Amino acid sequence: MIRVVHRWPGLVAGLLVLVLSLSGALLSIFPVVERLSSVQPAALSTAELVERIQAVHPGVEQIRRKPSGRIIAYWSENGVPRAAVMDPATGRDIASADPNPFERWLTRLHRSLLFGDGGRMAMAAGAAAMLVLAVSGAMLVARRAGGWRRWFSPLRGPFAARLHVELARIAVAGLLLSSATALWMTASTFDLLLDGPSSPVTEVEGSGRTGMPVAGMDVLKRTSASELRSLSFPDPADATDVFTLKTDRGTGHLDQGTGALLAWSDPSAWQRVSEAIYMLHTGRGAAALGLVLGFMALSVPVMVGTGFVLWFAGWRARPRIHGNAAAGRAETILLVGSEGGSTWGFATTLHAALSAAGQTVHAAPMSSFEPARYRQARRILILTATYGDGAAPASARGFLDRLKSLPAAPSVALAVVGFGDRSFPGYCAFAQAVADMAEAGGWRMLVPFMTVNRQSPQDFAGWGRSLGAAMGIALELVHHPVRPAAFPLTLVSRRDYGADVQAPTAILRFALPKPPFWLRLIGRGFGRFVAGDLLGVLPERSAIPRFYSLASGYRDGFIEIVVRKHPAGLCSGQLFELQPGDKVNAFMRQNPGFHASRDTAPLILIGAGTGIGPLAGFIRANVRRRPICLFFGMRHPDSDFLYGEELKGWQQSGQLLRLATACSRSRQPSYVQDVLREEGGEIARMVRKGARVMVCGGRDMAAGVSAALTDILAPVGLTPALLRAEGRYVEDVF
Amino acid sequence: MKKIMPTIALAAALTLPCLAQARPLKLTTTLTNYGGDGAYLAIYLTNAQGGYAGSLWMAGRKSKYYAHLSGWHRATGGNSTEINGITGASVGAGRTLEISLDLADALFDAGYTLHVDAAVEDMRDSPNEVAVPLTTAGAKTPVGGRRYVSSLAYSF
Repeated sequence: MIRVVHRWPGLVAGLLVLVLSLSGALLSIFPVVERLSSVQPAALSTAELVERIQAVHPGVEQIRRKPSGRIIAYWSENGVPRAAVMDPATGRDIASADPNPFERWLTRLHRSLLFGDGGRMAMAAGAAAMLVLAVSGAMLVARRAGGWRRWFSPLRGPFAARLHVELARIAVAGLLLSSATALWMTASTFDLLLDGPSSPVTEVEGSGRTGMPVAGMDVLKRTSASELRSLSFPDPADATDVFTLKTDRGTGHLDQGTGALLAWSDPSAWQRVSEAIYMLHTGRGAAALGLVLGFMALSVPVMVGTGFVLWFAGWRARPRIHGNAAAGRAETILLVGSEGGSTWGFATTLHAALSAAGQTVHAAPMSSFEPARYRQARRILILTATYGDGAAPASARGFLDRLKSLPAAPSVALAVVGFGDRSFPGYCAFAQAVADMAEAGGWRMLVPFMTVNRQSPQDFAGWGRSLGAAMGIALELVHHPVRPAAFPLTLVSRRDYGADVQAPTAILRFALPKPPFWLRLIGRGFGRFVAGDLLGVLPERSAIPRFYSLASGYRDGFIEIVVRKHPAGLCSGQLFELQPGDKVNAFMRQNPGFHASRDTAPLILIGAGTGIGPLAGFIRANVRRRPICLFFGMRHPDSDFLYGEELKGWQQSGQLLRLATACSRSRQPSYVQDVLREEGGEIARMVRKGARVMVCGGRDMAAGVSAALTDILAPVGLTPALLRAEGRYVEDVF
Repeated sequence: MKKIMPTIALAAALTLPCLAQARPLKLTTTLTNYGGDGAYLAIYLTNAQGGYAGSLWMAGRKSKYYAHLSGWHRATGGNSTEINGITGASVGAGRTLEISLDLADALFDAGYTLHVDAAVEDMRDSPNEVAVPLTTAGAKTPVGGRRYVSSLAYSF
């Protein structure tokens, strides 16, 4: 819901918001320039100021002091009204008082698009859109981070999304202030507030005398020039006319014959509020704040751009389900919980396969769950992702509440499959919660709860087979995840290891493809990858890609992966056949959950077998010499010591601080977790000082490492779970 | 060029006993290129004693800015009922405001003065921008203003 509230004002009013923010940022410069260029009078009374100006312009009619301290005098010369900026020290003209035409033009553009009241209303709508965007955006950031207190927690995700949120969480305070004050000012302009000028004192009874010199007027002597706003002089020919004095404290009238204060009115509370809001919005009177707000407004164009990119990416990946049956007619109900749209892709594959098998299928978001409508339904299939640490994704809001409030479980059967990424905490937590609640509520489960890791087509196909078996049909789910175009990669070199220890492994290095510029421009190029990202390899005779962790970044100028030959592996078999010069089709997929962050915090890298790939990539990219300790498990140092030569070199160059190895087939067999325990004290000390732990390898190894670290970190009061929540313990497990 | 043809309901002060004798008057006000936003103009009459006699036109709709038309504002206390039905948009720099109104014969050659107060945002207010006696002979003779009005003329 919040996402919808965030999306539409952004798309509809994006252009208005763009004009508002750019013109606002430029306008914020003027108050600063004016403030810096204004001579600030030192301890001067209004009476002295007037005296100095009157010495130069005896016929002065009005004196105004701007919030910047700039003093402007108005007088007539041979019947022609004149005005100039005054030097308060000398009373002489120093500049023209006419407004800067560019500033005037910008102001009109900012407040009314250069049109009249219609333009003002359009810009007010833009400001309202900005307010809605700021509020809903802040709620989205908090929800995504897992609470307001984790506002500044590290971000993951594609570059556009990170940039969008990174800027938003810094600038949102300024944008809230600017847009809310803008709406107040518009309301004030259209007389919707009670902040208009209080009814002027029309009937003030003066003495009837004229000619009192200003220098002798007590009220003006007591009024400091720094609190003056304006002083209007009476018409000397009209004895009933009076001085009108406006200061920060209020408005008063002075007798021109005696200088006595005839009447005084304080500003109303409304006027005070409006003045404060005007100051906050324009920076007139608070130039530094204005400049800060203007700077924050500069983030808006970037956020509009990245927001549009994110929306477009989601729109392109939106579900396109053909032949969706009505809810009341369908035998199979497909409920989808999706945040970014990829789960819809799986639902589409499932829908097509079931329809091809002769089923009538109705697919709908989980939030539309309404069992009473499913009159013909025999089974409900739930496909859902998880948002954050276990929250419902966008299209599944309110589902658990509705499930809980059902009086009794219906007779239809249920199956739940969760989609997620094992390297994140709370993997498939929402899907698990749905399955648990359904089972507790007495629903009949068609197939056991299962999960699909990282959009794995293999996991999904496996779930499909067990579903098909339960339904009594042959169900072959061939899912093609949305993926960028594949490029043919040419093998440059290969290094073979492990043949003697029954673990044939190869380090394969491919040349970096050079896609045409226009493809790179629209984001369809090979992309800027770093070690830890994934290379999706499309084997021949298969539509389903296999993913390998990258051991190099684009800065290295080549693409490197570590592959172990599996006895019956289609893809690893084909990769192992490759000789330099041969080609394979592949594409890049970002894996921001497993990047060596760009800070300088020490790294503890733990890997076994081919898991060394991305870890070696991190060390190779460590040109800034951050402290890195590598714990590497292999079978035998003479056979499968992957990157053995390079590691030696990196140690000498300082890119790798420490290397500890474990060999499971040496004379004294040991595993990587054993080495960890030996070095436990040192590891605990590093972690307490802020080190980040990155684990890459098989599932069993990762579990052993996690258990070992639980013991190692207990004395310092930490656990892998705690580190995981802070993003300081990440795994890339296969 | 801005043309306004209102059915003028003149303020109470102008409703003289012999109002039956009225003639249509065309008032043309052209502004200079003063290089600012639209000008607020208050057009009103004072009698021979200098007392406020009634408003003819208010260019500019936002009453919060009327205080800048200080002659008119002081005379009326900013009372917006004085300009009910005779209010229009502000007039841009270099533009012309043309209004038609029915004015009682008795107002001509009787010591009445036609005033224009002008104000522009962020620029100098100009009360009494124009002050011209309302005479039959003065019709069609344009007069200049002090800062914002380049010419004002009335004709029958």
